Amino acid sequence: MNVAPRSADFIGDAVTAPLLALDHVSISYPTRDGILTAVEDVSFTLSASERLVLLGPSGCGKSTLLRTVGGFLKPSTGEIRLHGRRIDAPGPDRMTVFQEFDQLLPWRTVLGNVRYALERGKSLPRRQAEDVARHWLSRVGLKNFVDAYPHTLSGGMKQRVAIARAFALEPALLLMDEPFAALDALTRRQMQDELLKLCEETGSTALFVTHGIDEAIRVGTRILALTPHPGRLAATFDVPPDTRIRGTARFAELERQIQQSVFADPETEHV
Amino acid sequence: MSDIAAPKLVRAPALRRVFDGTPWRRAVILAGFALIWELYARWLDNALLLPTMGATLSALWAAIVSGELPDRTLTSLRVLITGYALGIAVAAALTTLAALSRWGNEALGLLTSMFNPLPAIALLPVALLWFGIGTPSLIFVIVHSVLWPVALACYGGFLAVPPTLRMAGRNLGLSGGRFVVEILVPAAFPQILSGLRIGWAFAWRTLIAAELVFGVSARSGGLGWFIYTSRAQLETASVFAGLLTVILIGLVVEGVIFRTLTRITVQRWGQEQA
Repeated sequence: MNVAPRSADFIGDAVTAPLLALDHVSISYPTRDGILTAVEDVSFTLSASERLVLLGPSGCGKSTLLRTVGGFLKPSTGEIRLHGRRIDAPGPDRMTVFQEFDQLLPWRTVLGNVRYALERGKSLPRRQAEDVARHWLSRVGLKNFVDAYPHTLSGGMKQRVAIARAFALEPALLLMDEPFAALDALTRRQMQDELLKLCEETGSTALFVTHGIDEAIRVGTRILALTPHPGRLAATFDVPPDTRIRGTARFAELERQIQQSVFADPETEHV
Repeated sequence: MSDIAAPKLVRAPALRRVFDGTPWRRAVILAGFALIWELYARWLDNALLLPTMGATLSALWAAIVSGELPDRTLTSLRVLITGYALGIAVAAALTTLAALSRWGNEALGLLTSMFNPLPAIALLPVALLWFGIGTPSLIFVIVHSVLWPVALACYGGFLAVPPTLRMAGRNLGLSGGRFVVEILVPAAFPQILSGLRIGWAFAWRTLIAAELVFGVSARSGGLGWFIYTSRAQLETASVFAGLLTVILIGLVVEGVIFRTLTRITVQRWGQEQA
């Protein structure tokens, strides 16, 4: 498979600076009733091959924060740096998988969607883009659906295409905006497991947003819990590999700890 | 990761497919209309007011064989297509500007609300002053009749593009003209297509009306002129033959060109509007 290896210079960078750094980031935007602060004074760093989960109830600004890292929004104060460089626009070095199913181009086939992303995002020639696209589509189990149009696929399959597209571009950072929130519980579990496997196999660095504690433990190596209105960092939890297995006592214990520390306030919305 | 198996599909029986389709229903309705026309015309028995369908068809045939009707039709279509293409080009430029800048956005909004309600035919006197009697005047009014509905539909379509799809495009580093052409236009294609349909109907209507008002010279006049001169000579069957031609061309464009375009685009993409 002619998938290019990750460039060496970024490993060099990673030694001196973290892959991603958020420096006192606040995000506010005007609404009809005045200025709303969605995220207040959030700082954290993310190293290569880490999978950081932003966990919190709805309204804690976690999606807003992710979109700002994606470059779709600008922080009101503070700075976000990727490889030491300030982020000010979206780019294929930060591929986002969105929750909504309409993130795929409906006028392109499954293969066409991934191939187009490679042609535009990585400037690959058509033939090579097609080879890489086929490789990633078969890795997410969609070998038999390359010629299908998105509207003929189930929700889970659409998310697989979006995941294949994101991985195919080999971004420095994967951004996941509650990618499984609109799926049924069974499909969601399966997708979490498969995503985890892909991330581990590729050594990908990811920033993952969710409101599910079990999902956070399952996919993350580190969890940042946020409190709502405005979004602030509340607590950090490391997730050792042996804690990541569902049904174990360690899994349940961490789940309980997070539940208590994040959602203990009775006024906070339970998820 | 294990492969998901593709669903198996079987083809419906041929008779069932024919019966489920719309063409035969349309044929029945059309035959019904034809029958009513023929019977009513025979009962009325006044060829000057309403010729029978038979007389109309033979007038149509005669005009086709003599070469006059095909000639007139070609003249009209040439003007129509020029004006239509020009109108779409200007609409595309305006909506691209509107999609990319706030000033363009305001300008388009203002212009469409000013000019969309203005009937193209009302501009004909101005066109005659500016361009004189002839093709340029016709093209001017056709451009006007196409431009605003197409621009309006196109821009409405852009606004309706889901934010997630926009972000997915910008995520790839797309911006400017490429973002408009490769993301917004295909995403808004259902609305653009209906805008093109409306624009076509407006253009056709405007052209025939304009040709009726001033026929240009007899040598180079179009279908509208054919209808006008036939009426002047009290050849009502030829008037009806001319009208029938207008209708037939409309049916072909709608039933063949636009239908095919719909089938290979929005229908295949699962974006057909209800």
